[in-house]
Amino acid sequence: MKPPSKKIFFKYCCQATLIIFTGLLSLNLHADPASDKEKFQNFFSKKFSGIDFNEFSNGVYAIDPESRAQWKNIEEFPPYVFAIDEGEKLFKTLFITGRTYADCLPEGGIGIAHSYPRFNIRKNQVVTLAQEINTCRQLNREEPLPWGRGDLALILAYLAFTSRDKEISITIPSSAAEAAYNKGKKLYYSRTGQLNIACAHCHVDNAGKRIRADILSPALGQTSHFPVYRARWGEMGTLHRRFAECSELSRAKAFPLQSEAYRNLEYFLSYMSNGIKANGPGARK
Amino acid sequence: MQRLTRILSLTSMLAILTSSLMLPTTANADEKDMIADGKAIAFHRHKGNCLACHAIQGGLLPGNIGPPLVSMQDRYQTKRQLREQIWDASVNNPHTIMPPFGKYKILTDDEIDKVVEFIYTL
Ligand code: HEC
Ligand code: HEC
Repeated sequence: MKPPSKKIFFKYCCQATLIIFTGLLSLNLHADPASDKEKFQNFFSKKFSGIDFNEFSNGVYAIDPESRAQWKNIEEFPPYVFAIDEGEKLFKTLFITGRTYADCLPEGGIGIAHSYPRFNIRKNQVVTLAQEINTCRQLNREEPLPWGRGDLALILAYLAFTSRDKEISITIPSSAAEAAYNKGKKLYYSRTGQLNIACAHCHVDNAGKRIRADILSPALGQTSHFPVYRARWGEMGTLHRRFAECSELSRAKAFPLQSEAYRNLEYFLSYMSNGIKANGPGARK
Repeated sequence: MQRLTRILSLTSMLAILTSSLMLPTTANADEKDMIADGKAIAFHRHKGNCLACHAIQGGLLPGNIGPPLVSMQDRYQTKRQLREQIWDASVNNPHTIMPPFGKYKILTDDEIDKVVEFIYTL
């Protein structure tokens, strides 16, 4: 017997209802990814007309001139520069086996970040670049790194940097891959948490509006610049760390970082940004 | 001149006196407490957090996802209708982003009553 408070929590906090967005943007649950993406990108181009497609990689700073001015100042001495250098050092450090990350990763890891996450047909699941790094460590008898911050975020910063200006290019190679994409999409549009809000409520419907003092960034381009140096964190953090923080904003229990749910979510969200030029690592407030 | 100021201060004293005498008929002490409590709950980040989405007089840095909460007595003939909007906004708009404060037990019944008292004064 579970205590009643847990039951209430389950009943009110963990249910996820799929919502249909009428009038604004509705992605049919069974539409194919390519037409979803077209609808999605057109929606934002219309909503923020006059903003260049590639500018969406700059999140809030693409759509709000005042925040943009502050951010331009920050970008003159970007707080993530040290992370790129540190990340490169870590990336090139030999494992106890004498090998390096470059020995595990496609193209030696250089200029591949914009093509992640990928659907791994053999593993039959979405694989993120963060996972590739820890898998490589384990193959080389090293401890895996924590997913949210620290060395992993630094290595990802370096790898993102080597993919700068390459167009995000996520592929959906099989029907199993499409199923994973659909799970991510469903999560994005499902109400969750005690506040009963979906990601899409904030980053699709209300993109550009203010939630208290924060402007909500458009979903399009949201994955282009991760990992991010966030002033509120005072350090680099990964995309899944941000996902978890946003889950908590809706007072939902966050999924574990790199869980299947968040990997599918990343797959969906990155696919929606196909064609936008990668610009990681980034700086945010 | 002196007489004028004396008259003025006398009338203003009278005004204060009559208004304080009149207070109980517009809002009694209990109601005033309810309104003050309601305001605190509405503004509290971990309670109503209404300012995340609504401009409300007296609240700093409001969001603009929802409409400013003004002229509530014109918008709602009864407190009960207002309470229903706060209890579960999805009844009026199934696609709403506004959290169902009552239905999802974000606030207790008592807290919602207080918030209604406050919002109805706007
Ligand atoms: C209650 C509102 C809210 C909800 C719901 C929400 N977010 Fe956010 N999100 C924010 C705010 C506020 C920020 C910080 C400002 C910004 O960049 O939008 C943010 C930032 C982000 C960012 C970083 C954007 C950047 O440019 O660096 C990502 C990625 C993101 N959210 C994804 C999600 C996902 C995925 C979900 C659902 C699991 C979600 N959000 C749900 C409010 C929300
Ligand atoms: C996450 C956003 C959000 C939060 C938090 C929120 N609201 Fe709302 N509210 C809205 C939106 C959006 C509307 C517009 C109608 C709709 O979509 O349901 C609305 C509508 C209303 C209305 C109807 C206004 C009118 O003139 O028709 C009232 C009253 C109201 N909200 C009160 C509150 C109170 C009180 C709180 C806090 C206890 C609150 N809201 C918190 C988003 C929010």
